[in-house]
Amino acid sequence: MKLRVAGNSRVGCSRSVSARPKYSQPACHPSREPLKQRFPATRRCTAPRSAPDPPRFVAAYTDGMSERISVTKTHKLYINGAFPRSESGRSIDVQGPKGETFAHACLASRKDLREAVKGAGAAQPGWAGRTAYNRGQILYRIAEMLEGKRLEMVEAITLGDDKKKKNAEREVEASVDRLVRFAGWTDKYTQVLGNSNPVAGPFYTFTIPEPTGVVVCVAPDDRALPLLPLVSLIAPALCAGNAIVGVGSVTNPLPTSVLGEVMHTSDVPGGVVNLLTGSLDELVPWISEHRAIEAVHAGGLSEEHAMALRSGASENVKRVRTRDIDHEGWFDDETCASPWWIEPFVEMKTIWHPSGV
Amino acid sequence: MTTAPGTTTPAATAWDYAPAPERVPVTIADSYGHFIDGAFTPAGKTMPTLNPATEETLSDVTVGSEADVDRAVQAARKALPAWSALPGAERGKYLYRIARRIQERARELAVLETMDGGKPIKESRDVDVPIVAHHFFYHAGWADKLKYAFAGATPSPVGVCGQIIPWNFPLLMAAWKIAPALACGNTVVIKPAETTPLSLLRLAEIFEEVGLPKGVVNVITGDRDTGGALAQHPGLDKIAFTGSTAVGKKLAKVAAERNIPITLELGGKSPNIVFEDGAIDQAIEGVVRGIYFNQGHVCCAGSRLFVQESIHDEVVRRLTHRMKSLRVGDPLDKNTDVGAINSREQLDRIEAYLGTADSEGAQRHACSSTGTPGGKGYWCEPTFFTGVQEAHTLAREEVFGPVLAVMTFRTPEEALMRANNTPYGLSAGVWTDKGAKIFSVATKLKAGVVWCNTFNNFDPAAPFGGYRESGFGREGGVQGLRAYVKL
Repeated sequence: MKLRVAGNSRVGCSRSVSARPKYSQPACHPSREPLKQRFPATRRCTAPRSAPDPPRFVAAYTDGMSERISVTKTHKLYINGAFPRSESGRSIDVQGPKGETFAHACLASRKDLREAVKGAGAAQPGWAGRTAYNRGQILYRIAEMLEGKRLEMVEAITLGDDKKKKNAEREVEASVDRLVRFAGWTDKYTQVLGNSNPVAGPFYTFTIPEPTGVVVCVAPDDRALPLLPLVSLIAPALCAGNAIVGVGSVTNPLPTSVLGEVMHTSDVPGGVVNLLTGSLDELVPWISEHRAIEAVHAGGLSEEHAMALRSGASENVKRVRTRDIDHEGWFDDETCASPWWIEPFVEMKTIWHPSGV
Repeated sequence: MTTAPGTTTPAATAWDYAPAPERVPVTIADSYGHFIDGAFTPAGKTMPTLNPATEETLSDVTVGSEADVDRAVQAARKALPAWSALPGAERGKYLYRIARRIQERARELAVLETMDGGKPIKESRDVDVPIVAHHFFYHAGWADKLKYAFAGATPSPVGVCGQIIPWNFPLLMAAWKIAPALACGNTVVIKPAETTPLSLLRLAEIFEEVGLPKGVVNVITGDRDTGGALAQHPGLDKIAFTGSTAVGKKLAKVAAERNIPITLELGGKSPNIVFEDGAIDQAIEGVVRGIYFNQGHVCCAGSRLFVQESIHDEVVRRLTHRMKSLRVGDPLDKNTDVGAINSREQLDRIEAYLGTADSEGAQRHACSSTGTPGGKGYWCEPTFFTGVQEAHTLAREEVFGPVLAVMTFRTPEEALMRANNTPYGLSAGVWTDKGAKIFSVATKLKAGVVWCNTFNNFDPAAPFGGYRESGFGREGGVQGLRAYVKL
């Protein structure tokens, strides 16, 4: 096995924080090409000059006979602004293209879900109370940080299979762009979905959308597309001021784990986004019945999981929206970046006041 | 009345009300069938529908069987292609016709509503029926404008809608359900409540009169089993329900299993918050309107009154004084403020809650100018309880009657915390003269409708519906259309 140089989250951070141009410089993100040209040394700075291979941003196990034992990363859950292991002590063996162990990730339990929901519930009012402008900047910051961690994320998606690199790059780019779309929606969707009401009487009456509360986003368990659906399910609910518990793919949990690090370094207040990697067989029944979960946004569920979710959800009148979208569909902004993806996760509040002296 | 100088008239006599019954005659048939595929069916197996003020049988209506439901759903299915393909402007014209015919037959509908349901004639005449007509008028205009209602999306009809409505506003709830469904190009099978079928059957006559295409609206009367058969019919594309949270949750499960959309407008335990800087007399009017309107049979009733501690005694004094002018009695009398409780079953439920509140230690205050009429009919005097604790049943469960829980708070934060301390979230009231406080409190209340310095206002242009366990989906306004389209 070839040497793989250990990378960790600091690689992405240092690149984007210290080496990025200052904001005052024009054309930060006109396209991706100039960015690459501007930082030709980025890769070299983390890889030994002697190594012919491109660096690996997600470390895998290396055999002891190589020059250096790699420092492998422990992929953890992201709960309430911290990175705990699963309380259950269980982990997932994530396999590379040849069936070898590529990394380990946490297998979240019911109790991890409960902790995440608790954290989300506590953080939600503060997040909803931020100005829409501020939420927009933070969503944009998530996009910036994900852009900065592109290489690590691509590796997390491909699990070292370079044949999949091109698709993975496309997926990360679409995810970044999706976040930018919703960064822009934060201070606009209320104007598109809300209005004043011309009632027949001396009243000033208007209807405004407000966030529903704690939204669980369940991504399809799809090894070939482990990031974009998760981001697409989270972003609309998040932009409206909901707090999120995201449940990512279990067959490839690494992108979810890396996304947690992106969130953590993006000014997202602790608890506003929580990310779990776990088995849907295990978690779906608890998600459907948990009374502090107010809405669910899920994609690519099996018929059994979808049924369990919808029918358990009737217990506390949860709002459940499931998406049945094929691979290409997740790339379609007309569908996935529409304000009608925000609308299921807001509650319309009608306010009346008499008008007169 | 004028009194000649020198004569004396006892004050009590001078202020007595003479009976003032509404005298518009309304004919009611001995029995009714369903309204399916544009025609009334012969009556089948029937059940009586009573006047709750007299306990007399008004008519016998048919208990819908599974076969009846099936025929109605098939009629709606058959009518769907033509109705949804009709240009919006033409669909709208049918709705305008219906609105006009309701206005023309308004008094008849109001009297019928009051006889079958027990609500005071002044409410059915001045609130229910005018808003029913307004609902059809408002939605008529949407039928040709749907493409402007959903930014960037193209709406299409959902299909055949199964609608189940409650007994507290029989005609109004029918309008809330039927008007947006038809405007959006859907067809309907609707079931009125067991105790209040007559006004909707009368509305079906209007559909027939105005030439609404056959099968576009079908009315099935019956009991719970009929409602269950409708909800579970595999031919439905959507369920819409207004009623209790318990039934709503069951229907949500049915819809979940069939994976069809559902909208729910369920119960509430809505807070009405009076701050010490509010206009107290206006607030008292709002409190009375909030809980004694329609005998308290209102899902959004302001049944929890939170009064700032400093004004508690004053509010209770003025509330008592105001309630002493409420007249309980013959719903058809134009001076009646509080009519008959809708059914024996509901009266029993309310009385059980009154007993529980007593036994849990709250203090009962029942007051009106008349007391309850003796003899036949189901009556409950307007009542409020002081000394109610957060854990009392009365502070947590929906009574659906003229019963108010009065509680106190010290700070706005406490008021908000306690107001939101319920699984429901339908409506809320705020009374203060401070503008900034109104907006701050109104945005933090978990409720779909927040009335500020007013209460219990309804309008077809203003969306209505709940947060949390009060349901989902809105009725009225542009947001209300969302429930009846696919995007």
